[in-house]
Amino acid sequence: MATNPQSKVSGAIANGAKPWITHDQEPFIKISNLTKKFGDFTAVDNVSLEIYREELFCLLGGSGCGKSTLLRMLAGFEAPTSGKIEIDGQDMSGVAPFDRPTNMMFQSYALFPHMSVEKNVAYGLLRDGVSKNDAYSQVNEMLKLVQLEDFGKRKPDQLSGGQRQRVALARSLIKRPKLLLLDEPLGALDKKLREETQFELINIQESLGVTFIVVTHDQEEAMTLSTRIGVMNEGEIVQVGEPREVYEFPQSRFVADFIGSVNIFEGRVSDDAIDYVRIKSEDANCEIHVSHGVSCTENQKLWFAIRPEKMTVTHKKPHKTKLAKFNWISGIVDEIAYQGNLSVYRIKLESGKVVRITKSNRLRHDEDEITWDDKVYVSWEDTAGVVLTQ
Amino acid sequence: MGHKPQQGLLGWFKRRGRTLVIAIPFWWLMVFFLIPFAVVFKISFAEAIIARPPYSQLFTFAENGVVQIKLVIANYGYLLEDSLYISAYWSSIKIAFVSTLITLLVAYPMAYYIARSPLRRRNVLLMLIILPFWTSFLLRVYAWIGILKTNGIINNVLMWLGITNEPFVMMQTDFAVYVAIVYTYLPFMVLPLFTNLVKLDQSLLEASNDLGANSLTTFFKITLPLSVPGIIAGSMLVFIPVVGEFVIPALLGGPDTLMIGKVLWNEFFSNRDWPVASAVAIVMLVLLVIPIMLLRNAQNASHEEGA
Repeated sequence: MATNPQSKVSGAIANGAKPWITHDQEPFIKISNLTKKFGDFTAVDNVSLEIYREELFCLLGGSGCGKSTLLRMLAGFEAPTSGKIEIDGQDMSGVAPFDRPTNMMFQSYALFPHMSVEKNVAYGLLRDGVSKNDAYSQVNEMLKLVQLEDFGKRKPDQLSGGQRQRVALARSLIKRPKLLLLDEPLGALDKKLREETQFELINIQESLGVTFIVVTHDQEEAMTLSTRIGVMNEGEIVQVGEPREVYEFPQSRFVADFIGSVNIFEGRVSDDAIDYVRIKSEDANCEIHVSHGVSCTENQKLWFAIRPEKMTVTHKKPHKTKLAKFNWISGIVDEIAYQGNLSVYRIKLESGKVVRITKSNRLRHDEDEITWDDKVYVSWEDTAGVVLTQ
Repeated sequence: MGHKPQQGLLGWFKRRGRTLVIAIPFWWLMVFFLIPFAVVFKISFAEAIIARPPYSQLFTFAENGVVQIKLVIANYGYLLEDSLYISAYWSSIKIAFVSTLITLLVAYPMAYYIARSPLRRRNVLLMLIILPFWTSFLLRVYAWIGILKTNGIINNVLMWLGITNEPFVMMQTDFAVYVAIVYTYLPFMVLPLFTNLVKLDQSLLEASNDLGANSLTTFFKITLPLSVPGIIAGSMLVFIPVVGEFVIPALLGGPDTLMIGKVLWNEFFSNRDWPVASAVAIVMLVLLVIPIMLLRNAQNASHEEGA
C-alpha cells in the first residue's frame, strides 16, 4: 500500500530502537497485577506488562486464554477485578470507554449498517464536536490512506470483506488515538488478502505513529506484525519477547509448541558440564548433546525441543568426526506431505516416537529423493535445539 | 436411478409437493378471506330492502332473458353526505394513531429490557407478555370496567388514601378507551420490537461507546435507527386492528367516542342497512390499504437504494 511519505513520522521503534531492552524511555502503557474474574472463572490472572510508545504489540494465545478480555479492559468495556492500567501516565480505573484515549477495531468490524462508509468513519469526530466540514475533510484523507476514497457513499453491506476491514481500520484511526486496540483484525480475511493486509497494517501504523495492541490466535500473523509478542495461556502471560526470541528461545514447552511446530524429546541429564549438557532420552533412543551449559542438576528431568526445519533427514548415516555418537537417530519414513516450496516428513523413530521434519525443496529434481518407508537418518547440529525445564 | 419418474404415492408427492404446500394456504385465503370480501363488495353496491336477505340482488333476469345489472353507487355517496361517517373515520384514525404512539412508548422500554435480560429471565418475561392471551379478550376488557368505574378499584383506593373525595369519572370516556387499547395491543408491539432488538449486535453499541458517544447518544444514533423495522411492524400490528376496533369503544367508551367499528355495527344490526354497512367496511379497507402500500413501497425503495 502506498502511504503518503510526507505523513511519515520517523518513529524511533520503526527505525530499530528497542526501548524494552535499553529502558531509555518510560513505558507508554503500564499494566500492573491485572486480574479479571467472571464468577469463579479467572479470565485474566495477575498480568503485568509494559508496552512502549509506537510499539506494535501482539497478544497471542488460543481461544479462551484471556487475550480478548485483557484487550476489553484496556478499552474500558470490562472493569478489572483488581490491578491497574495506566496509559501515558494516566490511571484508567473508572474511566468510561468514551473518555479513554484508546480506540478499538472490532473482530466483527462492528460497522454501523445504517450509515454510509463516510458517516461510519466520521462518527467519532462528530461525537467530539468537530465541525462537519472539518470532519469530512479528515474522513476523505483517512479514506485515501486506506485506499477507499471512491467508496465513501456506499453502505457496509455493499463492500467486500477486505474493504470492510479497511473501513473499520479507518474509523478506529480517525480520532488519532494514542492507543489502537485491534481484536483479530485480519481474522475474517482469506489467506492471500491477510498476507497483503498485514504489511499495509504495519505501514499505516508506522506512518501514523500510533501504538497498536493486536489480539490474535494466528502465530504467523503475530510474527509478521509485531515488535514484540506476549504469549498468553490460561489468563497468564507466559512469555514476552520479540518474534525471533519467542520462536528460537521459547521458555516453556507451551510456548515452543504453540508458536510454530516443534519436536519435543523428554529426557534426563546424563552429563552436566560447564559448556555442554548431555541428555539421555528414551524418546530419541540416543544421547543428545547440547553445546551450551544449562542450569540443571544431574539426572534432572527436562525436555529438548527442536524445530522441524533444524533437523536434517538423509539416506546415509551422518558421519561426523567429533561427537559421532550423538544427535542422530534412525527411523522409517511414515508420511510425506509435499507442499511445493517445502516437504514435510513424518518419521517414525525406533522408539516409536514420530518426528516432524521440514526440508525446503531447492532442487526441481532430487536424485536422492526420500520416499515412503525408506530407512533414513535424522540428525541435527548441537546448537539447533533448546533445553526446557518446564 | 436416472430421471424416470417415481411410481406410487411417494412419487406423486415428490412431483406435486411444492404445488400442494402452496395450494393449502392459497385456498384457505381464497375461501375464508377473498370470497367473503367479494360478497361484502357486492353487497355494498346493492340497495337496502326489507326482505331476507335485506338487500337487492345485483343481477336480475328480465323476462325476455336479458340479464340486468343494477349497481347502486348511492351507498358510497351517502358516506360523504352524512358527516357522521367522515368524523367517525377521522376519529378512529386519530384514536388509532394516538394509541399506537402510546403503545410504542410503553412497549419500547419493555422490549429493550427483555432483549437485554439473560436468557432465562428473558423467557419468563416473554411468557408474561403472552400470558394475557390465555384469557378471553372480552373478559379482560370487562375486567377494566371493574377497575375504572366510579366505585371501582382505582377510585376506591384513591378515596381510601384520601387523595380525592370525589371519584374520578373514567368510564365511558376516551381515557378508558385509550387505557384498554394500549393494554390489549401492548403484546403486538412488544413482540416485534423484541425480535428486532434482540438481534442488535452488542459490538455496535460498544463501537459507538468507544468512538466517544455516551449511552444516550448511542441509543439515538444506533439503537433507535436500527430498530425502525421493528417499530414499523409493531405499529402496523397495533394501528390496523385499532382503527376497526369495536369491543373496546362499545364497552368502555362513552356516547362521544366515535369509532368506525361502532358505526359499522349500528348499520348492520340496528339499522339493518347492509349495503351502507358494507360500503363503510370497504372504504375503511381502502383507507388502510393505500397508506400501507405506499409505506411498503417507500420501504422497498429505501432498501433497494441500500442494496
